[in-house]
Amino acid sequence: MSRAGSGSLPRYIFQRIVLVIPMIWVILTLVFFVLRVAPGDPVSAALGSKVSPQALANARERLGFNRPLIAQYWDYLSSVAHGDLGTTFSDNQPVLRVVRDNGGATLSLTLAAFVIALAVGIPLGLLAGRYRDSVADVVIRMFGIVSYAAPIFFVGYLLQLYVARPLGLPTSGAAGPFTVLDVHPKTHILLIDVFLTGNGADIQDVLRHLVLPAVTLGLLICGVFIRLVRVNMLTTMQADYVEAAEARGIQRGKVTWRHAFRNALVPVITVIGLQFALLLGGAVLTETTFNWPGLGQKLVYYINNRDYGAVQGIVTVFAIAVVLISLLVDIVNALIDPRVRF
Amino acid sequence: MAMDLTDESTVRPPGEPVISARDVRVWYGTTRGAIRAVDGVSFDIAPGETLGLVGESGCGKSTLGRGLMGLLPAGAKRDGEVLFRGQDIFSLSSKASYALRGSELGMIFQEPLTRLNPLMRISQHFEETIKQHEPGLSKDEIRDRALEVLRLMGIPPTRYKSYPHEFSGGMRQRLMIALALVLRPAFVVADEPTTALDVLVEAQIVQILNDLRSNFSTSLLLITHNVGIVAEACDRVAVMYAGRIVEQGKVGDVFKNPQHPYTRALLRSTISLSTTGLHFIEGAPPDLVDPPDGCRFHPRCPEAMNVCATKNPVNVERAGGGRVECWLAGPEQDIPTGGKQPLKQEELTVADEA
Amino acid sequence: MRSLFANLAKPFTQTAGLARWMLVIGVLLTAFFVVCAVFAPWLAPYGFAQSSSHGTPFPKVAPPSSQHLFGTDRLFFDVLSRTIWGARTALEVVILSIVVCVVVGVPLGIVSGFYGGWLDRILVLIMDALYAFPSFLLAIVFSFLLTGLLGGTVVAVSLSLSVIYVPQYFRVVRNTTLSAKEATYVEAARAIGASDLAIMRRYLFGNVIQSVPVLGTLNAADAILTLAGLGFLGLGIQSTDAAEWGHDLNRALADAGGGVWWTGLYPGLAIVLLVTGLTLVGEGLNETLNPTLRRRRLLPVVMPVREPTTSLPEEQS
Repeated sequence: MSRAGSGSLPRYIFQRIVLVIPMIWVILTLVFFVLRVAPGDPVSAALGSKVSPQALANARERLGFNRPLIAQYWDYLSSVAHGDLGTTFSDNQPVLRVVRDNGGATLSLTLAAFVIALAVGIPLGLLAGRYRDSVADVVIRMFGIVSYAAPIFFVGYLLQLYVARPLGLPTSGAAGPFTVLDVHPKTHILLIDVFLTGNGADIQDVLRHLVLPAVTLGLLICGVFIRLVRVNMLTTMQADYVEAAEARGIQRGKVTWRHAFRNALVPVITVIGLQFALLLGGAVLTETTFNWPGLGQKLVYYINNRDYGAVQGIVTVFAIAVVLISLLVDIVNALIDPRVRF
Repeated sequence: MAMDLTDESTVRPPGEPVISARDVRVWYGTTRGAIRAVDGVSFDIAPGETLGLVGESGCGKSTLGRGLMGLLPAGAKRDGEVLFRGQDIFSLSSKASYALRGSELGMIFQEPLTRLNPLMRISQHFEETIKQHEPGLSKDEIRDRALEVLRLMGIPPTRYKSYPHEFSGGMRQRLMIALALVLRPAFVVADEPTTALDVLVEAQIVQILNDLRSNFSTSLLLITHNVGIVAEACDRVAVMYAGRIVEQGKVGDVFKNPQHPYTRALLRSTISLSTTGLHFIEGAPPDLVDPPDGCRFHPRCPEAMNVCATKNPVNVERAGGGRVECWLAGPEQDIPTGGKQPLKQEELTVADEA
Repeated sequence: MRSLFANLAKPFTQTAGLARWMLVIGVLLTAFFVVCAVFAPWLAPYGFAQSSSHGTPFPKVAPPSSQHLFGTDRLFFDVLSRTIWGARTALEVVILSIVVCVVVGVPLGIVSGFYGGWLDRILVLIMDALYAFPSFLLAIVFSFLLTGLLGGTVVAVSLSLSVIYVPQYFRVVRNTTLSAKEATYVEAARAIGASDLAIMRRYLFGNVIQSVPVLGTLNAADAILTLAGLGFLGLGIQSTDAAEWGHDLNRALADAGGGVWWTGLYPGLAIVLLVTGLTLVGEGLNETLNPTLRRRRLLPVVMPVREPTTSLPEEQS
């Protein structure tokens, strides 16, 4: 019942990792069967009608579509386990290379948006919860609701119309043509690679391209954080230990910060992991709006080409990323909240 | 060994009470109307004295305790006069009365399990409290003070850096008491401190509360529905019903010679080893939004008279010291003719779920 | 019946100040769009795919004028009409998808919660996996599949949306079933020999159905955003099949460089307003149903002036 000190953190982490594996397996199975269930012939859809029947048959054989479904399923699982995500049908590239070339852009966009969303959403949520029903609360809540209601592409559209030109911010791509030539893809993440070059002008160029898309996506998510933090603040402000602290005469400001806010944040951290899924979905729309060369844009491209192989591979990557992020969040949660480990 | 921790500032000349409450009213605002939870309560507490406040659920005892501390929810209003060492704390600015909390006025709550911040160590709780009121102390001095009071509560210094969830319920209550007392407040309200604990732990806490008088010379308002605890740990007792104190006096005397029918019924319904049959009081406490006319207990009182249904009884001095508020005790001259006839009671319906 | 109205009115009567205002505004906004949707043929000046009138073709990408209050787009369509017709599309899709969710999710949830065992475990695993998946990606994948099968129709898009939301209904219904089936009246029904189907139909269904409306409202807001997102990507409804705000915004984006603001502003605003309205209703309902968050309208306390009582007889210490 009472145990001094914190323990078993490694054990908790191990348990969580073990639990993740069945989840990934289920998702992979879902992805596989959902795409196979679709009617029509995926191969001809991808390769188009201009290909001869013989070439189609060859392609089908090569891609393994003639084998029984279970065999295909097993192939798929085992290749994923080996890190092979298959090949695109339409342009015959390993999906892994597509992910490598474009994943960095999505990653930097998503992270930048995340940081913006946190930096804006959490303080606003705290204010709104602490000064409930005040003017600030009303304004902040409305801002949160409207920012979530405004689709990314609409906000992007408005920004392109009214903000981009006056501020001279670019609305397309991740970098200008000269910058792209300058930067060597070492990590395949443009944002990091450009810092590695040390070239001030190039760095500025990349950052300027990042601003509008990241702000757009970040504003979308910050509404969620505002609502979350606010609700948690409201509940926490009514907590017994808050009242007990007030009964000891602790200064109001300190009570708000130390007792209410910190405790309000703890459940938020868990939910942050879930929001990552939201961000990924939003990334697809943002990349299309701003012509951002990320994985999301590639996904849309392959979908329009009806390229099952590519779609399967990219969706697999997204799904696994979500699961891993939520695992990471759980571990961070355990580090912060001493109650979790028991 | 009881340590005498009194110092000059807490010693008062005998006879001058630490708390002097007059006509305290605490009403809650609701969607239906005002609930008159405390409706005219007066009492005194001498230095180092423990006053037990006892009554059924919903009689207003908890509200009274919170009202004294100023821990009332939105929409509640308090009225009356409460002199704390000669100063009316009800008429202080909110800033001034907030400053009294912790250092002069302390509170012990009912549910120890949720009263400590789960993310903060015990040491941090103490540091926060002590620094708030005595900012000049060094970290070591703070630690010493905390460990000293923890020792008196039976908590070893090795647990000082632990988190709240590493303690059992009983230990957490002792922590709460220690936190409430670390700054040696002159007056402490203990709101049902043992209700959430099991019997063995309860006995330990009662012992601690008993020792408060000698160890800390703190005046204590002990709120409870458990008559047995009052008998063990209190000097005087006040019996509360429907927002009013119906009888108060020395514990031994009130329990041996209860003068108010409610007090008698309450004592009779207490279960002990010698209990042979179960007694309970018919009916339920009244609706406090619209209390009955006259004496609030009259609908349930086996000895009710006609005057009880029409006129509020007044406080009369009891034989044996203290007061009682009941027409049975007089004053004779205020009872109109025919008032002493027994009251015809309506059939009491089964009490609704409280 | 009266209690139903009383329950419906509760959010309005029992909340104070802001929560009530939000609810009112939300309901008004939503109602406005519902009216647009229902009365679109009469409210919209032109058809949604109409590019000429009385033989005269509409201008291309013309700014707002007296004939075209919101201007026209590059396909010669009238923006005001497309915006109004878009409300109908949005509502059709959302309602259809919620209906499918309920028809699929509720029975599955009841059966799964009632019988338990391996069926339950499998279903829970699948539903959790679906739920954990980024919902928009799931929508993309399913609309990719379904539009291959059914074309870019309202039905295809609705079904794609249903897939995302069914797990939520399933989960809620299953949890309610789990707790409801332990009730003593269920045990009693079993004792008198009622069949499983009868028990589920008569006792569990009524309990379970109560949580559905709230879920539906919250889903509707999200569904409209997802629908618009799909439309923007070109995966949803095509321009000539119906008017859809997201798809219109896709075309408008290309015009943004030329400073053309009217083709995108109005569809975009429509999305923002409708989703805001639905969210406000959802939040307002949430505030009412969640007691900790509810701010009741407390009547102010008025105390009569205190008359000084007779002085306290002195204690003998």
